[in-house]
Amino acid sequence: MPFIPHTEEDIRSMLESIGADSVEDLFDEIPAGLRAPPLDGIPEGLNEMGISRLMQERAARDGMPSNFIGAGAYEHHIPAAVWQIATRGEYYSAYTPYQAEASQGTLQLIYEYQTMMARLTGMEASNASLYDGASALAEAVLMAVRVNRRSKSKRVLVPGALNPVYRRVIDTLIGNQGIELIEVPFDETTGQTPVEALAAHADDDITAMIISQPNFFGILEDVDGLTGWAEEREVPVIGVVNPVSLALLKPPGEWGGNGVDIVVGEGQPLGAPLSSGGPYFGFMTTRKKHIRQMPGRIVGRAEDADGKSGFVLTLQAREQHIRRSKATSNICTNQGLVVTAATIHMSMLGDEGLTRVAEACYANTHALVEKLAAKGIKPRFTGEYFHEVALDFGGDAAGQLQAMADAGVLAGHDLGRDYPALDGCVLACVTETKNENDLEQYVAACEKARAA
Amino acid sequence: MNTTETKLIFEHSHAGRSAVAQAPQAHAATAIPAHLRRKSAPGLPAASELDVVRHYTRLSQKNFSIDTEFYPLGSCTMKYNPRACNSLAMLPGFLNRHPLAPASHSQGFLQTMYELQEMLREVTGMQDVSLAPMAGAQGEFTGVAMIRAYHDARGDTERREIIVPDAAHGTNPATAIMCGYEVREIPTDETGDVNLEALKEAVGPQTAGIMLTNPSTVGVFERRIEEIAKIVHDAGGLLYYDGANLNAILGKVRPGDMGFDVIHMNLHKTFSTPHGGGGPGSGAVGVGERLLPYMPVPHVEQDGQGGYRLADEADRPETIGRLSAFMGNPGVLLRAYVYMRMLGREGMVRVSEFATLNANYLARELKAAGFDLAYPERRATHEFIVTLKKQAKETGLTAGDVAKRLLDHGFHAPTTYFPLLVPECLLVEPTESESKETLDAFVEAMACILAESADDIDTIKSSPHNLPNRRFNEVAAAKALDLVYQEPADDSADAQPRSGTHG
Repeated sequence: MPFIPHTEEDIRSMLESIGADSVEDLFDEIPAGLRAPPLDGIPEGLNEMGISRLMQERAARDGMPSNFIGAGAYEHHIPAAVWQIATRGEYYSAYTPYQAEASQGTLQLIYEYQTMMARLTGMEASNASLYDGASALAEAVLMAVRVNRRSKSKRVLVPGALNPVYRRVIDTLIGNQGIELIEVPFDETTGQTPVEALAAHADDDITAMIISQPNFFGILEDVDGLTGWAEEREVPVIGVVNPVSLALLKPPGEWGGNGVDIVVGEGQPLGAPLSSGGPYFGFMTTRKKHIRQMPGRIVGRAEDADGKSGFVLTLQAREQHIRRSKATSNICTNQGLVVTAATIHMSMLGDEGLTRVAEACYANTHALVEKLAAKGIKPRFTGEYFHEVALDFGGDAAGQLQAMADAGVLAGHDLGRDYPALDGCVLACVTETKNENDLEQYVAACEKARAA
Repeated sequence: MNTTETKLIFEHSHAGRSAVAQAPQAHAATAIPAHLRRKSAPGLPAASELDVVRHYTRLSQKNFSIDTEFYPLGSCTMKYNPRACNSLAMLPGFLNRHPLAPASHSQGFLQTMYELQEMLREVTGMQDVSLAPMAGAQGEFTGVAMIRAYHDARGDTERREIIVPDAAHGTNPATAIMCGYEVREIPTDETGDVNLEALKEAVGPQTAGIMLTNPSTVGVFERRIEEIAKIVHDAGGLLYYDGANLNAILGKVRPGDMGFDVIHMNLHKTFSTPHGGGGPGSGAVGVGERLLPYMPVPHVEQDGQGGYRLADEADRPETIGRLSAFMGNPGVLLRAYVYMRMLGREGMVRVSEFATLNANYLARELKAAGFDLAYPERRATHEFIVTLKKQAKETGLTAGDVAKRLLDHGFHAPTTYFPLLVPECLLVEPTESESKETLDAFVEAMACILAESADDIDTIKSSPHNLPNRRFNEVAAAKALDLVYQEPADDSADAQPRSGTHG
């Protein structure tokens, strides 16, 4: 029996100690009529060699296409040490650090993580992470509603150029809490969210506003203008950012006059593999003054009985296991293991490494755009972009994408699926992992698909 | 265990030092307009690759974990996490697959996910399974949101209450609130079962549903579950099963057969995916007939041509929607799949049998060593409760004291002070993967602490003594919050301009 160490002699002596005749006797409180039928739908067990063979075949089946899809999940180089250390048993098989004295490894690491995220986003405090970027944004909206006690409307401005899936996740997760999401349209020429688009809401009671930088199309927003508009009206701002871009871009803590109130985003680009969408982690940072409204676990420095410094879970009175129905969220876990990887990843890259990664992403994306422009394929928008770009494929994007996939190039994400006005446009992302050959392969596959 | 003081990674930093092999080639500066650019470097660590490897390896040595210590944390199912689950989930083909890759390039992955859904369906007796929720608490949310969608679709909008037993996990009431419901608590009777009279009084046309854990959080099987199901269903409510304790009944009794309409499973408990220091979890949800239309998306389905595809909103117009940007935590799901395939149908049943054998044995031995069980007349399930009510009164030995002193003996503490209704409680869950010798050694340590409490309570009260830190002043920490590191004023690496740190 896999992973069960008992010998026949163990079983016999344990049953004797219990005073039971058989293991079956231990289930005698379950009503007889409820007993499960044999689990015929489950296959026979495999040993490690057998399952290894099966999984290797499954993992290899789909080939290794060259990936240019981003749209919320980004391919980056991850140093070998990152997951080798993160999957050490002491991190991998520990649980939430409730017994602080026996969990200083995890706790100190989270404190270091919180420091890195606060610095990267230009904010004062961070939690220990949430599930992913989309759910972190839903939590941020709830938090902003708690923070803005002045507003009665529970109306939140959401840019149309926000990742459309994030918008749907917010709808799902907080749709039952009476919050109204109002869409702010983007400019169809620049791809930006113009400050003028906010004019329609100048006199409304707005509870919070979301700004995405870069936005879903990779376009850089006028974050100072947008934040300034909200500041004038004392509307809390939630910044949604790509953490790698922050090596180059102004951190949300400096947007507008005083910076935003809450920052969230998808942490995946900081050391989590694409892995079909997860596990990733959502990060959240904020101002000290809002800390008690922040959901999720938070680690703080503490002194022990000897006056020695260490770390504990703090502000637990916000959480479900203490406050139950009055908690800030039902969330229990953070994404501990992925945060462990991200912390090692950020330490390994440092300012210089992360900046080089961001610059390489920027350079490679712009190089692809240049190559495609020579073939008549142009960006759909005129705005400045970071490492993602909406390319106008000129019709039947789905067909061209499939043809390119069949040639081994996953060329991007079909924007027409969520934006009818962008039918025929493809969102492509080029990170530091791509070289000149990869770009040539993209262009060649693209030309072939268009000719077909 | 490493008990030496460990500096922060920032304190290992030296301006100008970096892990050179990890940086891509330098590129020309970007044309990003000045007003959108960062003005000073973020202040990430400046360390060599060895600095980083050594620091985080040494930090890891300050953790208790399943791989290093017995970890009988009740309600958390800290069983062995087989290494093959990790290495096979991290095969390059799985790691490099983009979540939006087309179905034509995803068949190996999708088939695996489909088979996982089918195995989970079989073992829970539900009609279908969603892999979308990212953790147990999100699985709970999914279940209650579907209950709400069901009532709303029928125009039955007067149902405002979710019933929750007082012994329930804190996530249950918190979840009900997130779904826009009010919470009505009902008491547990003296044998550990739900108080049926209180339930009958609580149900009515306002009842949307009940959230139950079975075996319950007090470590006993809810014997009158069929009666409970009938009472709630007759009142028009639905039954939600919190799968936290599924390890106790795997292959023995199925939530679907008990009458539950929707359940969540904690794959990081029952199906042995790693707890990872607090996540990632995975809260797959099993769904009964009535709630099928409301399942979250995406959902893996057969494509009718021998392949697999992801169904979305267009396929399921009544879906409650999306819970994450993509489809939950596939890396965790792959680990659960490997574990389930290794167990197979026989191994699955052995899990609950040996988890139960270990718990009943440990309960009996601790009783023999002088500890009181909270429900001595009941069978233990996969876990049980020790109460130190008597000792707390007589010698001052509390559940918290035992927990801390156990750390000195090299054992992680059981869950303390949960469930809230049992005074001075330790919730002990040994799991099936521990040997008799380990359980005996644990009993010995517990007996030792009990003996020590009679003549040297101070040593216990001031424990732990053998760990990196003694007990912390958590109250002071919550008052004077220190949540991020501040560089000493004379060494502010983060204030240096970025242009000076790379080229």
